[in-house]
Amino acid sequence: MLLKEQITNHSTDGHNETFVLNLGPQHPATHGVLRVKMTMDGEYITRAEPVCGYIHRMHEKMGENRTWAQFLPNTSRVDYLSAMHYTHAFVGAVERACKIEVPPRAEYIRVVTSELNRISSHLVWFGAFLLDLGGFTPLLYAFDDREKILDLLEGLTGARLTYCFYRFGGSCNDVDDEFITGTKEFVSYMRPRLKMYRALVTDNVILRKRLEHIGIVDAEMCRKYGATGPVIRGAGVPYDVRRAEPYSVYRDFDFDVPHYHENDCMARYLVRMEEIEQSLRIVEQAIGRMPDGPFQGKAPRVIKPPTGDYCYAVEAARGRMMVRIVSDGKEIPYRVKLRAPSFSNLSLFEEASRGMLLADALALMGSLDLVIPDIDR
Amino acid sequence: MSSDAVDAIAGRLREMNTPSSEDATVSIAEHSARGWNLDATVVPERLVEAARMLDAEGFGIDAVTGVDWIAAGQMEIVYDFFHPMRAVRAVLRTRVPRARPEVPTIQDVFPGANWHERETHDFFGIHFVGHPDLTPLLLPEDADFHPLRKDYPGAS
Repeated sequence: MLLKEQITNHSTDGHNETFVLNLGPQHPATHGVLRVKMTMDGEYITRAEPVCGYIHRMHEKMGENRTWAQFLPNTSRVDYLSAMHYTHAFVGAVERACKIEVPPRAEYIRVVTSELNRISSHLVWFGAFLLDLGGFTPLLYAFDDREKILDLLEGLTGARLTYCFYRFGGSCNDVDDEFITGTKEFVSYMRPRLKMYRALVTDNVILRKRLEHIGIVDAEMCRKYGATGPVIRGAGVPYDVRRAEPYSVYRDFDFDVPHYHENDCMARYLVRMEEIEQSLRIVEQAIGRMPDGPFQGKAPRVIKPPTGDYCYAVEAARGRMMVRIVSDGKEIPYRVKLRAPSFSNLSLFEEASRGMLLADALALMGSLDLVIPDIDR
Repeated sequence: MSSDAVDAIAGRLREMNTPSSEDATVSIAEHSARGWNLDATVVPERLVEAARMLDAEGFGIDAVTGVDWIAAGQMEIVYDFFHPMRAVRAVLRTRVPRARPEVPTIQDVFPGANWHERETHDFFGIHFVGHPDLTPLLLPEDADFHPLRKDYPGAS
């Protein structure tokens, strides 16, 4: 409130000179190629307009000139930090359309790999966010821990980031003993690390002063802009696609949906840190109860979904990721729509950043956890 | 959301369509089969009203997109909604002639629709009447083409 009054006073005193500040498209705080055109009144933002599209690749058009299976690798390139979730949404949509049954073991494999991917994504956010705020050390810790997940997933899938591991009706490969032992070791390794993060970073008074009461995004704004994931959960709404529209076998697991009512950057920070713990819980349960059986069900050799449109949504690391497919019964999709969470999460930035200090707006931007290829698609 | 509440919304959407064109329909679907609970086709004139009703029911904007039905000479605009508090999903659709693709904007109801509509304008050339800024969002700033139209090269 104070900030808003200050800016109003400042701009009505007869010296309302504003200037345009161009942030990006090559700025470290924008994580990729996002440009923000900011109209500044001194150090205060009067308008911050995101300019998108620098790495637009027209994935949705590519969906219309290749077969359903050929489009699958594209989905892992949309949000490269959360690739498992994106491929999951696409195979889920096709499975829903073609009524392909997925064997339980495959669903458990999907849950384990998706949750590991969520942890690795949150660790990148953690490191990069702290880097935005001026702390370099946490990045090194976070990337060290993330490396263990990347190694595990590389052993299983052959890829370190752009996993294309799920298949219509199952997965590409079965989990081996090495992966299972490694994952168990990782879970018991990661828990003390999270305690260390709390002592090193979360309880740090400088961090708290940078994040508390800064960057207010409330539940109503989230709903009006379609912001989901940790952004809406930091606004006090326990909305999680894994609970709201249960998919795969998420009904089988005990986990909490962390949410905070403060609406500020700190709330979003705490949500993600607790989500790492919850993902570890899910991984532990899924590994412990992994059913035997095939990892790939029966799927037609040529995929031709019946005419009509179908949606499938998953909880990706940044929020609600939905694939909407329209089929005309051919081997090639008629239309593929990718609903990306970062796109909606960024769309509220212009309104949320109005009247903020530039340095605080960068904290807000970091707390939204943007992945630019996810916005531009 | 209870099935009664979904029925009630469906009923109000049905009323909006009278006197309706023959393709204005409202149906309730099994979420596990389609990915939504409620699917309503409304005439373009009633679109803002329908969005306002879903807004009052507490829905959030999920996405806006188009589908080019070139053989039928129509453009379909699809509006997806999620509910942050209840396990329910709604889809609104409307169809406009391909030669004159114009629908009213819903960005006054859901400010988040602003970007989705801009993107849909980029890709399909659908004009959202009343939208404050339809300059390209994802395409180059001087783009005058609409790549997701089926007659744009590269389509199957």
